[in-house]
Amino acid sequence: MCQVDEDYHDGLDRAEVPSVFKKCVKCKEASAAVVIRAGDTFCRDCFKEYFIHKFRAMLGKNRIIFPGDKVLLAVSGGSSSCSMLSQVQEGLSQNAHKKLRFLPGIVYIDEGGVVGQSVDERVRTVAELQAVFRATGFPFYVVPLEQVLDLPSSVVVMAPSSSEQPASAYKEAVDQFLKSNSGSCLNPKDQDPTSLPVVPEAHTQFLQQLIVSAKTLTARHDLLNTLRQHLLVHTARTEGYRKVMLGDNCTRLAIKLLTSISLGRGAQLAQDTGFSDSRYGDIILVRPMRDYSAKEIAYYNHLFNVVSVFIPSLDTKTTEKASIQRLTESFVTKLQVDFPSTVSTIYRTSEKLQTACGSSSTDDSSDRCLLCVCTLDTSGENSSSFQATLTSEQLSQTKYPARTKTDRLHPAPVELESSVPSGSCCSSGGGEDCGEVESGEGCCSSKEPEKTNLKTLLCYSCHLTIKDMSSVEHLPQYILLEAQRRKRRSKMREEISEFLLDDGVCFRVGD
Amino acid sequence: MAAPIAIHLEFGGGAELLFNGVKEHHVTLPSQSEPWDLKQLLVWIQRNLLKERPELFVQGESVRPGILVLINDADWELMGELDYQLQDQDNIVFISTLHGG
Repeated sequence: MCQVDEDYHDGLDRAEVPSVFKKCVKCKEASAAVVIRAGDTFCRDCFKEYFIHKFRAMLGKNRIIFPGDKVLLAVSGGSSSCSMLSQVQEGLSQNAHKKLRFLPGIVYIDEGGVVGQSVDERVRTVAELQAVFRATGFPFYVVPLEQVLDLPSSVVVMAPSSSEQPASAYKEAVDQFLKSNSGSCLNPKDQDPTSLPVVPEAHTQFLQQLIVSAKTLTARHDLLNTLRQHLLVHTARTEGYRKVMLGDNCTRLAIKLLTSISLGRGAQLAQDTGFSDSRYGDIILVRPMRDYSAKEIAYYNHLFNVVSVFIPSLDTKTTEKASIQRLTESFVTKLQVDFPSTVSTIYRTSEKLQTACGSSSTDDSSDRCLLCVCTLDTSGENSSSFQATLTSEQLSQTKYPARTKTDRLHPAPVELESSVPSGSCCSSGGGEDCGEVESGEGCCSSKEPEKTNLKTLLCYSCHLTIKDMSSVEHLPQYILLEAQRRKRRSKMREEISEFLLDDGVCFRVGD
Repeated sequence: MAAPIAIHLEFGGGAELLFNGVKEHHVTLPSQSEPWDLKQLLVWIQRNLLKERPELFVQGESVRPGILVLINDADWELMGELDYQLQDQDNIVFISTLHGG
């Protein structure tokens, strides 16, 4: 019983060694070519039909993409997103009643600068992809990741979706502000899609510094994902798209789900892995490939000549313990070998997750994480595990300033307080230090307090990522500017809080 | 004594990086006393073609989990996986589905 190899291998492998002569489970005539789930064998033609049907069924079932919608396809060159592109092409060429009716565009984000590709290599990769894109006839945008440095700070602000009305007068004002803000960034520029935008060398270097300033590969990954998503959303906004299709397949989502949990993103799971993600308000991210396993996609691409372009990424040729993402991937794929339902089991779990309150667009922008734009998960009860983590961190590490909230509960020893660098103003922590960024004087010149300042604006997981960075100075301007704005805002709100007719305040006054 | 057999190997999805970036290989396997099977092919690839980091391609006797194998455009699970006996002019494809190849 305890010998795993003996028992399980006999049961799983030996029992069903399929033969070459096995027939397709669907037409029961042609000989099988692909094994999809354990035991389900498909012939070439039935596999194609099944694959194409699944894409249309996914879009039909979820009813998020309306006819005439402008949809931006985020294509990375990888097999999943290229397969998605070919499915959209397929869907648009179908006869009347099956036809997809949205207007697609393609965006490719060139991350070559971050992963250390030379300019020549980048030009070659882009040329290869442009050939693929041009063949589709869809409009396409090639955006170098370096453009993330020029983003407006409205990217990390959730824009209101047009259908919902703000609830209170204050929120209306905020919405007005947001509207005007997002309106200002809606200036479509005439970018010639055939020519690659010239990237200044300095920008590439700045970006490299930013990524290298994260000490672990895990944090670098996380950071890159965040920046990429900001740039995608920004491109969609400036080019007038309302939906963005991402190519995440179900194997990848299963890995992402477990990775997210390990990274402390439990609260954001539903948005990170669900079919649609409306955290940006006006732009909805959609994952239509989430029903396909990586295997199905690789086989389809191979059998039906879907071109994909391999581009090295941060974790190319790294060992399986190089990052949490990599380790999770190897865990899931190894388990999948002996237990073929691993991925689907994890994936079904992600399907059951729902965003309870996170998707409401009336939320104040200051309740959102500065980086991932999800609802902050750090405002929990005093008894939450987050608070417990903070307390133990504070007790075990003297170099982190104490937070006021936990201070009251567990007064820190005096020597701990005095060892905090650069004076007492930082040790007050919490909401009190918000004025410091604004004034930009005193202790803010040292790096440590700057990090703590961002902390109150970040969700738990993004806070961990930032903690892994040697310095936040390398962050793009739009993030730092937005951080300052939120600080000022929360300070102002604190100052005028007595005069606000907020529900909570009214209640207290009435008491 | 089996005669030498010529086969076509293809690497994709990033797996080609371990082979100097070359995707397609036409190789001839030398004659040996018993017929060639896939398990022996993997050992042969590891000794003769693989340029670096063998652990990223082979693990144990089989390919690394996450790398798919197609034999003549069919899933190798249908062909008996490692026990498949190679024929002359066979087409074997290795596709990595792992992130970053």
